[in-house]
Order: sequence, then structure tokens, then C-alpha cells
Amino acid sequence: MLFAAENLVGPSVPWFYLNPLFILLGGIVVLMLVGSLTPQWPRHCYGIVSAVTAGVALVSTAFLWDNVTNEEPRAIFGDALALDHFALLGTISICAAVFLCSLLTSDYLQRDSDDGPELYVLYLTAAIGGIIMVASNDLIVLFLGLETLSLSLYVLAASNRRRSESQEAGLKYFILGGFSSAFFLYGIALVYGATKTTNITGIFTALSSSQSVPRNDVFLLVGTGLMLVGLAFKVAAVPFQMWTPDVYQGAPTPVTAFMASAGKTAAFAALLRVTLTALPTRVDDWRPIIWVLALLSIVVGSLLAVTQTNVKRMLAYSSISHAGFILVGIEAAAHPNSADAGNGISGVMTYLLLYTVLVIGTFAVVGLVARKGDSATELSDFKGLGKQQPALALALTVFLLAQAGVPLTSGFIAKFGVIKAAVEVHSYAIAIAAMVASVIGAFLYLRIMVSVWLEDETAENTPIQVPFLTGLVVAMAAIFTIVIGVVPGWLLDATQQVAVLTGR
Amino acid sequence: MIAEVSQIASMSFPILTALIFFPLFGAIAVVLSSNRRPEWTKLIALVSSVGTAGLCIWMLTSFQTSDGGFQFTSQHSWIREWGIGWHLGVDGISLFLVVLTGLLFPLVIVGIDPHHGHKRYLAWLLLLEAGVMGSFLSLDLFLFFAFFEIVLVPMYFLIGGWGYDQRVYAATKFFLYTMFGSAFMLVGIIATAVLAKNSLGYVTFDLVVLAEQASFGTNTARWLFFAFAIAFAVKVPLFPLHTWLPDAHTQAPTGGSVILAGVLLKLGTYGFLRFGLYLFPEAAVWAKPLFLTLAVAGILWGAIAATMQKDLKRLVAYSSVAHLGFIVLGTFAFTSVALSGGVMQMVNHGISTGALFLLVGMIYERRHTRQIAELKGLQSVAPIFAAVFMVVMLSSIGVPGLNGFVGEFLILIGSFENARWWVVVGTTGVILAALYLLWAYQRVFHGEVDEANASFPEITPREGMILFTFIAAIVFTGVYPKPMLDRIEPSVKVLVTHVEERSGRTFEPDVVEIKKAPAAEEEKQEEH
Repeated sequence: MLFAAENLVGPSVPWFYLNPLFILLGGIVVLMLVGSLTPQWPRHCYGIVSAVTAGVALVSTAFLWDNVTNEEPRAIFGDALALDHFALLGTISICAAVFLCSLLTSDYLQRDSDDGPELYVLYLTAAIGGIIMVASNDLIVLFLGLETLSLSLYVLAASNRRRSESQEAGLKYFILGGFSSAFFLYGIALVYGATKTTNITGIFTALSSSQSVPRNDVFLLVGTGLMLVGLAFKVAAVPFQMWTPDVYQGAPTPVTAFMASAGKTAAFAALLRVTLTALPTRVDDWRPIIWVLALLSIVVGSLLAVTQTNVKRMLAYSSISHAGFILVGIEAAAHPNSADAGNGISGVMTYLLLYTVLVIGTFAVVGLVARKGDSATELSDFKGLGKQQPALALALTVFLLAQAGVPLTSGFIAKFGVIKAAVEVHSYAIAIAAMVASVIGAFLYLRIMVSVWLEDETAENTPIQVPFLTGLVVAMAAIFTIVIGVVPGWLLDATQQVAVLTGR
Repeated sequence: MIAEVSQIASMSFPILTALIFFPLFGAIAVVLSSNRRPEWTKLIALVSSVGTAGLCIWMLTSFQTSDGGFQFTSQHSWIREWGIGWHLGVDGISLFLVVLTGLLFPLVIVGIDPHHGHKRYLAWLLLLEAGVMGSFLSLDLFLFFAFFEIVLVPMYFLIGGWGYDQRVYAATKFFLYTMFGSAFMLVGIIATAVLAKNSLGYVTFDLVVLAEQASFGTNTARWLFFAFAIAFAVKVPLFPLHTWLPDAHTQAPTGGSVILAGVLLKLGTYGFLRFGLYLFPEAAVWAKPLFLTLAVAGILWGAIAATMQKDLKRLVAYSSVAHLGFIVLGTFAFTSVALSGGVMQMVNHGISTGALFLLVGMIYERRHTRQIAELKGLQSVAPIFAAVFMVVMLSSIGVPGLNGFVGEFLILIGSFENARWWVVVGTTGVILAALYLLWAYQRVFHGEVDEANASFPEITPREGMILFTFIAAIVFTGVYPKPMLDRIEPSVKVLVTHVEERSGRTFEPDVVEIKKAPAAEEEKQEEH
């Protein structure tokens, strides 16, 4: 036993490249340890510490960007983690989500007089899980990241102890999420059975030489399928979307924003990396699955969204249809023989970054309209918002139009990117289907705008307060949405580099 | 020498960019203006719209009459990564549409009172103006699409916020229909740029480069043409896709209807010319029978439906369907006479239908009804109003000496050679137009005035001023269309030559007949 341990050689740890993780970890320690040993901090302090932590992590990630540009993408930490622009951009998205959501949560907790460090600790933990997912170069590491993220999200969803819907959401998410994790893990096991490795680069190498794994290897096919099920559940693609509306509606609104942004980013990045780095040689086996998932998500998401009357549920279904759009980009990236396939990866990562800001902005406004108790999210609760808070209503309109894909907003740039990628690899059918289905989706955003602008407020709607931090988040998100819509060049420049993945 | 000087002048001041940004800044200024000083808000809106109109007039006077190419062009790189540029230009086809846009907006802003929410109303109107200007001026596919789509947003809020009972339904229908068409066009635009890479070697969305240098396979071009055509057919609207129009027109506030009929519908017909014929000439020629048939079907359907309407505004809306059918008929005949007529008709329809909507709006302001059955004998109580209505209506019917005649006549005469039977059927639309409009006039203005209509007020000075502008334009263009045709024709000829070269077919009958057509046109007016 001891003998074995002596022979065990640990991998060399490139501390410098793990900076973002350690910064987030530091934030957690400060909040949890110091927070529990000291009396209640002054207002907003927990939230600001969390936001600053995320901001510093974001900046430190940005410093790594040039390093990767100069020294090529590579695998680090004994090939367990990938260091490439793809991972860095995913990290930036997630850190931005934590930053914005922390500010939202601070106001949210103040309003309901619940201030404490717990939620922020969970955000930061989830962020660590998410960052490990986007950077993982090994299926086991990926699973660890996935579980870290998911477990934090289960607790976050259930964190409002006064609303039974929140408890229900947490439990539902936990049970279904646990189920999907099991699928994913079983998929890993089967793929390991077929390829004798869990390392993503290793799987690619094993599959490249056709002698070692036969073309129709049952283990590999079933394993791939099960892994796709697990990840499709996490990204909420139809038909694995059942949990989304209930959980989005039940969870506290800032948490919903976090799930829809950081959670999606991590899961999509993981999906991209597993499919494109590990399994590009078997693309004909899994690309049709992605095709069907994409189409179903867009169509079903848009159609069901239209029938809802609760705005949080509507946005949950709209996030499903957005997931479909992102899958269109993944489908486009899944043409390894085409010179333009890389644009699919760039398109997806751009979409995720832009959608992160967009969806947090949207839920920030929804959270304000939800008022004290976080429950007034019916469509009728939005009536008269345009008269009462014109600036807030205008910001919401910008977010909704952007989600509908109206030009000169970031949402259009995002959609344009993935549709362009699909057209470049001649996937016309899905490009047209996606655009047409998005028209159905537009109806949903129009319905919310009708409530906001065109209907008079009812007597029982209490006035809406806009606290400073939330107002700041809404303003930043709205400005970002418009600025990217008008001058997207610099961002596209950066995201074009994302297409080079470690190990490909 | 003179040309050089004017080019330098146009380079020193980017007039087309200014045409877009002037109303846009106006809209922003209106939004930021204080709520407590509504008169300032109105002044800002007025200044920016009149200023835009002034820029339009300036552009019109410095436009090179005999030059068929794009003038005042302004080209800058915008999204370099995707080959997208800020490329604007104006030629004879878009010139008068731009001028019409520039003149119509101040008239609407001055002439129509929205009754509530002035600030938001004016902001949306100015934003709409910027969007429409951008659509007519863009020479980049991406840029055009951006403006084409952005136009929907202010129009949606104008209909939804200031319209009549069914406004939300109508606004939503309008938005979704157009967006449905745009969905195809966006994929078409991207596919055009991506596929052109095969022949160009790089990705660009620049219209001129794509149209002049890129080449597509025959079938590819046809698919791409249809992707564009669906969007434009919805916007025009062409026959089976027209059902959004009566609702949107009827429910929109008067200002919205005037703009919708005046300039927004032209985005579709203009799109066919600029992005259909210019970009995919062979495919457009190939699709000619289909579009001629749909155009004629629209003419007849619009006319018959208009005859049966009980609501005056709905009647005018259906008459638009018929009139726009004529424009599409002229577009797909591919002769320079018919195309010139089509462009003329776009402008003329904007003037006369815009004025008709204005008049119907005034009737509604006075009587709070648009039902023909409830209006009676207005001629005896408001003779000037009736006279104005008569002139505008006659121009819409296409009576010689008024503007409506010029466009329709040129379309019919120019299309006869290439599309004989379609023209024969389509001409009945002219007769039907006389039928439904005159019949409506008779029911509303003739007869004994009853109690409800007895106190119908006469035109106020402000209304008179606005209407006078319309009448002046109607009569001037009708009597003396030469200045307009002189500017339109060179560009149209360039387009027809382009289509003929690319499709390898000849459409112009021969040189003698082209000369004859405008001459015959002028004789007619002299008779009158």
C-alpha cells in the first residue's frame, strides 16, 4: 500500500494557469470562513466581495489570453485540463455571469431581508465547476466539474426557504439532474470500455486508428448516446427539457439568471469539447442526433413558450429555443472535412457569451417586477411597466428584441454567427427551419412587450423600486447589447481564435 | 468638370449618412427631452424631420440627371471579419423614394395629432424614418437587412400604441408576417455571400460587388432569388401573402397608415428591383410568369375586395394591394418603360394613397366612424373637403393629368410587348379602381345630408396646408413628369441592360418604341 503510494507521481501543477480557479476559491474561503466567524456584514458587502472575486478572476483570465495566443493551445495538469482560447472564453463568460448575478442577488436578498454569504459561496463553487467543465480534457475531470456545478445549482434553486415553489424546483432539479448525471457517467464508462481511456485527446487517438475500435462498436455507440443524453439534459435540449420550466419558475430569479447563463455555457462548452475533440472521427454517428435535438428544441421551445402566461416560464422555454440555435452552431461545427467548420465553434461561443449578458439582463428586470417575495411574474404583473418605469421598460424591450434577433442588437450578431456557420457547411435545411421557428419565438417576446407598453396597469400592481446595483446591471447589460449589435468587430476578432481546440 | 466638382462636394459631406443619422439623433434627442416641456419635444422632432427633408432637396438638386450609376456613395468598413461594409448610394431608382420619405415624415409630424404619448410617438416616427432611409440607401446586403428589420420595431409600436380597437392583433400580425419573410431572406443573404466566395475568393456582403462580379450556378441563383423574393412578396404585399395589410392599415393610426402606404410598402417593390433583378437577373427572368400572374391576381383581388368593403380605410387598404400589383407587373416586364413606370408608380402611390389615408383619418377625427354606411352627403356641408378628396381619389384611379396616370400608363404600355395577356387582364383593374373609388365617393359625399353628418366641419387651415402640398405634388407630377422620368430612366436602363446581359434575353422592343412611349405620354397630357 505504502509502496504503491511512493511510486505515484503527481502531475506537475501549472499554478499560474489555474489562477482564475484559485481566485474564486479564495473568494469562497473569505466568504465562508470569515463570513461565518464575523457578525453580519454591512449591506451589500457579501455580494460585492463575490462580484469583485469574479471580476478579478475574469481579468486574470483575460491576461492568459495573449499567453495562449503566443504559446499555442495545449493540455496542462497531466493532460487533464485544456488550455486554449475556447476554455478561456468560457471562463470569461462564467465569471461575467457570477459578477452580474452577485450584484443582482445582493439587491434581491436585501429586498427580502435574507442577506448572507451562502448564495455567493454557491455561485463561486458553481463557477469553479463550470470552469473545470469548459477546460476539462478528461471525461472524469469533466464529470467532477459537472457535479460541482450541478450540486451547487440544486441548492441554489431551493435556496428561497419562504417559497414552496423554490423547494419543489430544487428537489425536481436534483432528482432529474442526478438521473442525467448517472446517464453521463455510464456513458463515460462505456466509452472507456471501448477506448481504454477517459482522456479526451486519448479517445481521439484511439478512435483515429480504426484497428483498435471497430466502426460499429456497441460500447462506443451506446456510450456516445448516453453522454449526449446527460449533456443534452444539462443544456435543456428537447426532449430532455422537462425540468426547465418548473425549475426556472421556482428558483429565485437571480439564480434562474445564473442557471440560464453560466450553467448553459458550461454544459454547451463541455458538449462541444466532447463531441468535437473526442469523437470527430465518428461524426456521422452523432451529428444526426444533434440535428434532431436542435430542430426539436427550437420548434418545441418556441411553440410551448407561446402558450405560457408566466414570464419566467416563457423565458425558460425561450432558453430552450436558444439552446436549439446553439445546437445549430454545433451541428455546423460537426463537419470536420469543411474548412469553415471552425466558424461553428466561434459562433457557439459568441452566442453563449452574448446570451449570458442578455439573459441576465432580462431576468434582472423580471426580478424587479417580481417584487417582494419574488413571485409576481405573471404576464399581467408587467402591465403598465412602460408608464411607471420607462427606462426599465426600455431596457427590457432592448433585451427582448435582442432575444428575438432584431438587428443592431447582440442577439442578432449571435444568431447571424450560427446561421452563417450552418450555411457555410451547406446545412440549409436547419438554417431555414431555425429562422422560421424563431418567428414563432418572436411572438412570445411581442406578448411581453405588449404587456409592458400597450396595456394599462391594474390597480393591485404595487410600484416597482429599482435598487442601485440591479439598475447598474440592467444598464450595463443593455449598453453591452446595443454596442455589440452595432460594433461587433472586436469581439468577432477575438472569438475567431476560439476555434482552435487543444488536441485537434 | 461639373461632375467632378459635385463628386468632391459629395465626398466632403456624407449626405446619405446624414440622411440616416439626422432623424436618428432626432429620435434620441426626443427621448432625452424633458417631459415638462412638450413643445420643445415637438420642436426637436420638427427640426430633425424638416432638416432631413432639406437634405433630401439638396441631394435632389445636386443629383446628376444623366448618370445611371450610384451617386453620393459612401463606403466604409464596418464588420471586417464578416466582409460587411457601410456602403450607401443613391441612383434614379431610389432617389425619389428617398425624397418621398424625407417629405412625407415632416408632413405627418405636422399634420397628425397622436392625441396621447406625443414624446414616444415622435421618437418612434423619427426612428422609423432613419430605418426607412437606411433601407433605401443601403448597398450592402447585411446593412439593408438590418434596416429592413429595424423598421418593424417602430412600426409595431406605432400601430400597437396609437391604433384603433384591434391594434395589438394587427401590430403583431404585421410584425410576424414580415419577420417570417425576413427569415428566408437572412438565410438567402448569408448563402449569397458565402456562395459568392467560390467565384470571388473572399466573403463580402457588398451588393455592387456581388451583382457585378460574382457568379452563381443557375439553380443556386434561383433558390437564392426565391429566398429574397419571399421577404419582398410579404412586404409588397403580393397576392396570397397580403392578408396582414388590410388589418395593419385599418388599425394603424393615421400617421402610421400614411407612412405604411407611402414608403414602407415600397421597401418590397424596391427590394425586387434592387436585390431581385440586380442580383439574380437570370432567376428573375425565369420566375417572370409566376410573378406576373401573382401581380395580376393581386390587382384583381385587391380591386374586387375593395369594392366590397364597408370600412373606408379598409377600402383604401385593398386598393393598395391592387396598385402595388401594377408595380410588380411593371417590374417583371423588364422593359425600361415599364420599370420607369413602376418606379414612378411607387412614388405616386405613396403620394395619393398617403393623402387618401390622411383624408380618411380626418373623416374619422370628425365623425369617429369609418363606416361608409354612416357617412352621407358630406359634399354639401364640406365642399372643399369633398373637392380635395375628389382630386386625390382621381389621382388614385389614374385619371390623365394627375400623377396616378403617368405610372400606370407607362407600366401598361411598357409591359404590353412582353406580357401581353397579363396586361390585358390587369387593365381591368384600372376600370375596377374607378368603380370602387367612385362608388365610395358617391356614397360618402353625395346624397342628402342626415343629422349625424350635418355638423361635419370644413378643412382647417393647417390641414389645408398639408393637403395642398399633396395636391401640388399630384398635379405637378401628372402634368409634367419629365423631370422625374429624366432622373429615373438612366438608372432603369442600366438595370435593364444588366438583366439582358446576364440572362441573355432581349426585352426592350427596339429603340424607336422606347422613344415613342414618353412622347405619346406627353401628347395625352396636352389633350387634357
